[in-house]
Amino acid sequence: MKNPREPFWIRYKDNHPTIQCLSQGPIAIDLKNLFVKYPNNPLISGLSCHFEAPALWAIAGPNGAGKSTLLKALLELQKYNSGKIAFHGFCPCDVAYLAQQNQLDRRFPLTVGDTIAMGLFREVGIFRKYTKEQREKMQMALEQVGLSSFAKTSLQALSGGQFQRVLFARLILQEAPVIFLDEPFTGVDGQTIQDLMVLLHTWVKEGRLVIAVLHDLDLVEDHFPNALLLARHFYKCGPTLDVLTKENLRDAMAASRQWEAEAGTL
Amino acid sequence: MIDFFITPFTDYVFLRRALMACMALALGCGPVGVLLVLRRMSLMGDALAHAILPGAALGFLFGGLSLPAMGLGGFLVGFLVALLAGVISRFTILNEDASFAGFYLISLALGVLIVSTQGSQVDLMHILFGTILAVDKVSLLMVATITTSTLFVLALIYRPLLIECFDPGYLRVIGGRGSLYHFLFLILVALNLVAAFQALGTLMALGMMMLPAVSSRLWARHVWSLFLLSSGFAVISGYFGLLLSYHLEWPSGPSIILIAGLIYGISLVFAPFGAFKQQQGIA
Repeated sequence: MKNPREPFWIRYKDNHPTIQCLSQGPIAIDLKNLFVKYPNNPLISGLSCHFEAPALWAIAGPNGAGKSTLLKALLELQKYNSGKIAFHGFCPCDVAYLAQQNQLDRRFPLTVGDTIAMGLFREVGIFRKYTKEQREKMQMALEQVGLSSFAKTSLQALSGGQFQRVLFARLILQEAPVIFLDEPFTGVDGQTIQDLMVLLHTWVKEGRLVIAVLHDLDLVEDHFPNALLLARHFYKCGPTLDVLTKENLRDAMAASRQWEAEAGTL
Repeated sequence: MIDFFITPFTDYVFLRRALMACMALALGCGPVGVLLVLRRMSLMGDALAHAILPGAALGFLFGGLSLPAMGLGGFLVGFLVALLAGVISRFTILNEDASFAGFYLISLALGVLIVSTQGSQVDLMHILFGTILAVDKVSLLMVATITTSTLFVLALIYRPLLIECFDPGYLRVIGGRGSLYHFLFLILVALNLVAAFQALGTLMALGMMMLPAVSSRLWARHVWSLFLLSSGFAVISGYFGLLLSYHLEWPSGPSIILIAGLIYGISLVFAPFGAFKQQQGIA
């Protein structure tokens, strides 16, 4: 586990008094009565949930249900209005986060090696050279995602699945205790999904907390032991079998439809 | 041969100075232009370049046709406009490109107004289209200083700046100060535009940055090779542009930009990532 540089997270704590950063105890996230609002428009209302490592969590729900927003609120990329987010055993800066892929320019003139090296940025800083161990780590990360001979390939030559594997290798290098993934399998081929799922399970076995936003419910049922079903004011969280029941899914759809109807009348 | 290619520069001091200014300019503008293209900020560069005009005009009011005075004014106003446009697009419904377009039209009008009421038509032409053949020692020193500091700063912030270009959200999450690097980069753009402004005028200052950069994008697939190629193309444009303007008695600014444009055209046709070879390039 990484030691965050002191000034960084002290600054973080000062700026965000509602986020508590306790560096001892088991790794966990506590959400208590969380509200996130866009102007005039409640997105997440009264969400409470407890995530504790090691665990693999899926956040599922209809489109526009606030799934990505929740991840962003956890990372302080999105302001939340009330409620409490408490991090135990780690700091927000220890989170590795994979944003939605479509925000990146896949023709950017970088090689695979350059891209994954960004995962070591906190370690090497602005000037230092990559040490031999760090180079070996990069090679190992590439092997884990099945791209061992791709270090010198440029990004623009990769398929969507391969590009996603590169981003996963970058996550591996961050060695974070907590990993957030936002729609990691969108536009990715089946084989890649299989391989990356194996990787997710490995992370959990190593004691990490992995939370992924997904829209594919079959995938959640097959692979994720825990789920948070989120649809605006409606939510259920717990073991996947108890959460993804027919009634709950119906309620979630109803909640999301009700929201759409209300939005139409505005 | 030698008479054609080299003698003009050995015979005339002003041509030699112009050539040196072009070389210095090329070295700085090459990398900055590449980054501008990679960040998809070409339009922002355009707005900045135009915003330099009213500043340069103010400098002209106080210091006459001296590059340091006009350069300082241009840099300050250009940078101010870039910041303002950014703020406006953040706090209103307007996109960044729209607010930039608004600003640069206003700047252009204001600049032309100031120069033409206070100076002559010739002064206006000089400011709009540049006077590279009138580069004196002071301006040469200024251009060289700007280039040196540009390359130095780029070397300092290379790694985080590239991460910020490729994936700004990522830099933010891992705790890098993205806005700091963005800010530094904006300063570099403004500085280099000021340097290019004497040679090419406010209307074409961006040409030395953009054309070599987009051309190199069609040839290379690494950031470092893009930098080298882009600077190389800019050097070639400067040299042949000056040569052309000497032999054919063309104005030097447009000649330089047209050579850069010619390189762009050739790249579009023959380069590995050009218009006709896209499939091959990616395979």
